[in-house]
Amino acid sequence: MDFTLSEEQRLLQDLVRRFVDNEYGFERRRAYAKNAEGFSRENWRKLAALGLLGLPFPEADGGSGGSPVDVMLVMEQFGRGLVLEPYLASVILAGGLIARLGSETQRRTLLAPLIEGALLLAFAHGEPQSRYTLSNVQTTARPTESGFVISGRKAVVLHGDVADKLIVSARTSGNRTDAHGISLFVVDKNAPGLTVRGVPTIDGLRSAELTLADVDVGPDARLGALDDALTVIDRTIDAATAAICAEAVGAMAALLETTLDYLKTRQQFGGPIGRNQALQHRMVDMQIAFEQAKSMALLAAQMAASPDDVARHRAVSAAKVQIGRSGKFIGQQAIQLHGGIAMTDEYKASHYFKRLTMIGATFGDADHHLGRFSALETNTEAA
Amino acid sequence: MDLSYTPEEEAFRSEVRRFMREGLKEETRRKVAAGLRLEKSDYVDWQKALYRKGWFAPSWPKEHGGAALTPVQQWILEEETTRGHAPRTIPFGVNMVGPVIIAFGSDAQKKRFLPRILSSDDWWCQGFSEPGAGSDLASLKTRAMLEGDHFIVNGQKTWTTLAQYADMIFCLVRTDPAAKKQEGISFLLIDMKSPGITVRPIHTMDGGAEINEVFFDDVRVPAENLVGQINKGWDYAKFLLGHERTGIAGVGASKQQLRRLKEIARAERIDGRPLIEEPRFRDKLAAIEIELMALEITNLRFLTAERNGKTPGVEPSLLKIKGTEIQQAITELALEAIGPYALPFERNALYDGWNAEPIGPDYAAPIAAHYFNWRKVSIFGGSNEIQKNIIAKMMLGL
Repeated sequence: MDFTLSEEQRLLQDLVRRFVDNEYGFERRRAYAKNAEGFSRENWRKLAALGLLGLPFPEADGGSGGSPVDVMLVMEQFGRGLVLEPYLASVILAGGLIARLGSETQRRTLLAPLIEGALLLAFAHGEPQSRYTLSNVQTTARPTESGFVISGRKAVVLHGDVADKLIVSARTSGNRTDAHGISLFVVDKNAPGLTVRGVPTIDGLRSAELTLADVDVGPDARLGALDDALTVIDRTIDAATAAICAEAVGAMAALLETTLDYLKTRQQFGGPIGRNQALQHRMVDMQIAFEQAKSMALLAAQMAASPDDVARHRAVSAAKVQIGRSGKFIGQQAIQLHGGIAMTDEYKASHYFKRLTMIGATFGDADHHLGRFSALETNTEAA
Repeated sequence: MDLSYTPEEEAFRSEVRRFMREGLKEETRRKVAAGLRLEKSDYVDWQKALYRKGWFAPSWPKEHGGAALTPVQQWILEEETTRGHAPRTIPFGVNMVGPVIIAFGSDAQKKRFLPRILSSDDWWCQGFSEPGAGSDLASLKTRAMLEGDHFIVNGQKTWTTLAQYADMIFCLVRTDPAAKKQEGISFLLIDMKSPGITVRPIHTMDGGAEINEVFFDDVRVPAENLVGQINKGWDYAKFLLGHERTGIAGVGASKQQLRRLKEIARAERIDGRPLIEEPRFRDKLAAIEIELMALEITNLRFLTAERNGKTPGVEPSLLKIKGTEIQQAITELALEAIGPYALPFERNALYDGWNAEPIGPDYAAPIAAHYFNWRKVSIFGGSNEIQKNIIAKMMLGL
């Protein structure tokens, strides 16, 4: 039982903290968000130069073989700065799939440029009807003489509008919610028949709605075995869920700090508002919610790479429930304790609240994960 | 960072499990498992077994007969003993007055009291609260006047847990009524057999009588029973309340209660289906379990931070709030789980050896009483609201 970080991990944490401190002042973030792409290409190059884009990938692929705990340290700092760059979409999700499933050629042609910062990727999996059910895929990929033809729609594809290439899931056999029969394909953003409709998200990031109308891909576009992608999708989404849990912890910490400052400085009735017990106790409740969330983000990171599906689901879902609930409570109460100022777009609290809210709705909300957790509980006798 | 236990820690866990098989009497184990009322001997016999094993004072230094276990070993000990249905350790001697005597007591006091705390030959109780001094503890009025080589004590303590079993009581008493309220208090050790002490049970809403009023009427206490310096008792009380609190969240016990609740929820049926599969119940159960998983890690984080030299600050307050919220949520859900059999209350069913046919399922008898009894945990030891005041002031600087 050891909660201390290694020397390398402390250095990594400092590295990312400095990046956030230097590049992610509130006003600078607002400027990045106004770019057409919704983030800073220069920052992306810096992240590449710092070696962060290769962090979770094996050394053989040009990465640094980082663990989910290392990813946690990065994401926590990104959460603190509300970083806009497509790290989650490109590195953790799409990169994670390629690292787990890619052929040697795919690793060389996709991972290597991703790590260098020359290629952006996204993972197009969710569909308008699928909500959070990973096996709910009705986009189809039919075999042709020269590969596959893909048709269907993909919904809320994180950073889908800036990606050079998209990893698209499609059904190659079975019925709409069958676990078996889902395959992955690498699709170029310029592929004929693919329409990408970029949409800003309410937390200042980007997403896309995709329409695939008979998009032809070659046989080498398939990522991993035919029909068998769901297990790896599930593992990748779990790793990504652990990552956004850590991001949420960073955002909560920053929001608590901001709120506490405000309680000490805002004067009403001739004194700081933080001398009122109603507000003090609320702040304590928020602090406790934060400690609980932080603990569960640690657990999720610890278990994120576990090959034991049940143990991993249990930890990740429990963490997502806790992060969802703590994030909602801390976010709402931070706004309330500030009063009117936090309703404004020009004050940072609202931006943390929005990101926390959207993390709550990403990869399954608290109810979804409570259901997954308790289904495990009922079916298997744990502890 | 590694959230798994080391091989050494796992070996210690195995040793505790082995010890449980021989150290805990079957009769006591059965009573604890069933949630029945315990007698003094259940506690004392178990504590003596722990003492013989050398584990009764896990955190005391070796020179005073302690086990000097690491915080994680103490955690494992707590977890495994509660899992194995041992009674809780009565904290008043070993976890409360013991550390105060070690830190501030005279050599004579150490020699006289510590061995008997270790061997559980003395049962201690705590004389802090008074009718007019609850959350505002420093307003206590019990008076101790030094006359020659004795203090003469007059006043009343209340909510005194298991005073009916106690050989000794440690008391906060007012020795200087003129001083500022925290500065006129002393810490006194009093023999419960002293003439002038009366113990009166307080019957509580769960049908139990574990707490008492203790009256002092011209009780003569030898001056040598004063701990440390006169009028410095408040400092010692603060030390006591900040000490040994890392187990305050009761995570081990809550894990055990949750296992029990799941057994009940598997046994109970709603229209033929196990209650545990009923979505509304299942969600509530899962929500509590997740909070408990998180609290376990939070608690271990704080524990190991202490091991790494960080002095405990407000962490115990935080653990106490969340820990008691979870404990109470479990008792509440257990009450819901047994449905209408929450209603019957046959006092005799709470005692071992009652041979009549059970009313409803055999696990139902103690559950409502436990639910009512457990409202105490967010009140005692500094109410949860007081803990929030402490966190707001000490941690948040508000």
